[in-house]
Amino acid sequence: MPEVAVAVRELTLGEAVKEALAEEMRRDPRVFIIGEDVAEAGTTFKVLTGLVQEFGPERVLDTPISEPGFTGIGVGAAMTGLRPVVDIMFGDFAGLIMDQMANQAAKVHYMSGGRWKVPMVLRTTLGATRRSAAQHSQSLHAWFCHIPGLKVVLPSTPYDAKGLLKSAIRDDNPVVFYEDKMMYKLKGPVPEEEYTIPLGIAEVKRMGEDLTIVATSSMVQVALGAAKLLEEYDVSAEVVDPRTLWPLDEETLIESARKTSRVMVIDEGYERYGAGAELTTVIQAGAFYDLEAPVKRIGAMHVPIPFSPPLEDATVPTEASVFQAAMALCGRKL
Amino acid sequence: MTTAPVQPGVSEDQARALRLYRKMLAIRLFEERVNDLYTRALMPGLAHLYIGEEAVAVGVCEALHRDDYITSTHRGHGHCLAKGAALDRMFAELLGKEAGYCKGKGGSMHIADPDTGNLGANAIVAGSAGIATGAAFSAKRLGNGRVAACFFGEGALGQGVVYEVMNMAAVWKLPVIYVCENNLYNEYTHMSETTAGDPMVRAAGFGVHAESVDGQDARAVYSVTAKLVEHARRGEGPVFLWANTYRFAGHHVGDISREYYRAKQEETLWKTERDPLKIMTAWLTANRVADATWLDRAHSEIQAEIENAVQFALAAPYPAPEKVVEDVYA
Repeated sequence: MPEVAVAVRELTLGEAVKEALAEEMRRDPRVFIIGEDVAEAGTTFKVLTGLVQEFGPERVLDTPISEPGFTGIGVGAAMTGLRPVVDIMFGDFAGLIMDQMANQAAKVHYMSGGRWKVPMVLRTTLGATRRSAAQHSQSLHAWFCHIPGLKVVLPSTPYDAKGLLKSAIRDDNPVVFYEDKMMYKLKGPVPEEEYTIPLGIAEVKRMGEDLTIVATSSMVQVALGAAKLLEEYDVSAEVVDPRTLWPLDEETLIESARKTSRVMVIDEGYERYGAGAELTTVIQAGAFYDLEAPVKRIGAMHVPIPFSPPLEDATVPTEASVFQAAMALCGRKL
Repeated sequence: MTTAPVQPGVSEDQARALRLYRKMLAIRLFEERVNDLYTRALMPGLAHLYIGEEAVAVGVCEALHRDDYITSTHRGHGHCLAKGAALDRMFAELLGKEAGYCKGKGGSMHIADPDTGNLGANAIVAGSAGIATGAAFSAKRLGNGRVAACFFGEGALGQGVVYEVMNMAAVWKLPVIYVCENNLYNEYTHMSETTAGDPMVRAAGFGVHAESVDGQDARAVYSVTAKLVEHARRGEGPVFLWANTYRFAGHHVGDISREYYRAKQEETLWKTERDPLKIMTAWLTANRVADATWLDRAHSEIQAEIENAVQFALAAPYPAPEKVVEDVYA
């Protein structure tokens, strides 16, 4: 047993998300949750369990299985005085809601010359290796990053999830908030007292000297694991988490790249035309004269996510694959 | 638009008819001027004219309060004007000027105006079905007594989202009026080639109270909408209005050769027999509510207002190029 009991409370990422929602719903009666099985079921991931008991079925609203319809209702409700948190169970359903997000939510403010606002959060999930196959495993956040008018948030810890979600709910713009399904049980310190984390500020999750690993969401833990492996070979890796892909804290990424001179970008979205490509370009343009090597980008393989476990595991970056790529990038032989 | 001069002894119904007539005429003359500006290359982009359908917009909006919501379509100038938009800022928006309703960033297909409850015209067919239903959701939740009227054409019946939101509006008893303007053509294709069964039955299938109306008769549109709005405002759930109308011009201004999808004879028949302005004129004169002098004066007054508005818009400055990055985020 430790000699001093440290009074920092630990929550899972799922609990942190729920606490953020509950606090914001207590603070602001305009906030409500709308989606499939969000009430008594507490979502298929049981993240919202208990909220309907506190806030009632009017504010934790079960919908039919009509993603475009209830997302559109969220847009209209946001324009007219409410602050909806729309729950899209699997990120793969992005295809169903894309008109509501890309053509409606994202553009209302601009098209109206700034006269209508859409203060809405769309919570959804990403991440493979849950054996859920091709239509329940993708990480499609790059789709939303491509659209002006949207903000895109990808927390990697319970602390970040709570602070960023609270900011997202208070934001006057449509914000897409991604939760990694595999991280719902991840525990981390979350203080009891109120806090928020502004959107658009990256965080250095681990200081290092030889190499920068920029990682998003599910890949932050992978990067931290790889950094530990690298340590055994005297390679000191810095891990930087942008936390929000838009707005993007370019400065922190570039600063780290200039310091270490070698950079990897790890993102669980499809590598081709993905978020990693944008991060890579930003870093290469901003730190070009300080780089010793081209920025290395790793994402999901360009295949539909397969069901069979050994096949699925091969599609996403792992601690081992990141470690190996990092060693190569540093010119180190294994 | 100035208010209609009402002679003493004019009943409420007659005063309303005069008001509806003036509003329809304003929309007609507005659209004719849009056509003129467009064909003279003074207006950029696309223009989908509402000529022929005026009675639907004015009849429906007459039954709404100023703070009730509407959503509109790519063919939306009539809805915006009927809900109370000013002619000068409308023209300014169509010309891409800073003084327009959306600072020139929206244009013909995206006019929005919080002051008149206009949540915005939408260039995605059925794109605003969710928004209108969401506005009705807010109205119910906030208890502010408002309703939302969702205008869409019969072409939108092909979009699944319409049925998704209609279902939810019915389950949750939301105060939304789905106004389907059946102008017979999904762009260049007759609705009989695209639409199975009876659209009224589709709404009824959700338990949504549905009515149909002669969309060329503004008084009839108003009367039926007033009942439907009352139903929605009472908290009895959504309603569906099927308004039979006709698009006198093409799908857009550039759609000039139309014989391949509809006969000239058909167009002529609608223009001569089923023009909403002619129908209203006939009623006003037959009932001695207005005479030729009144009608002439209304025409010249509105024509003058249109001309002033056009001159304002033509003279108004474009937005400065650096404004392009403003308003992306709130």
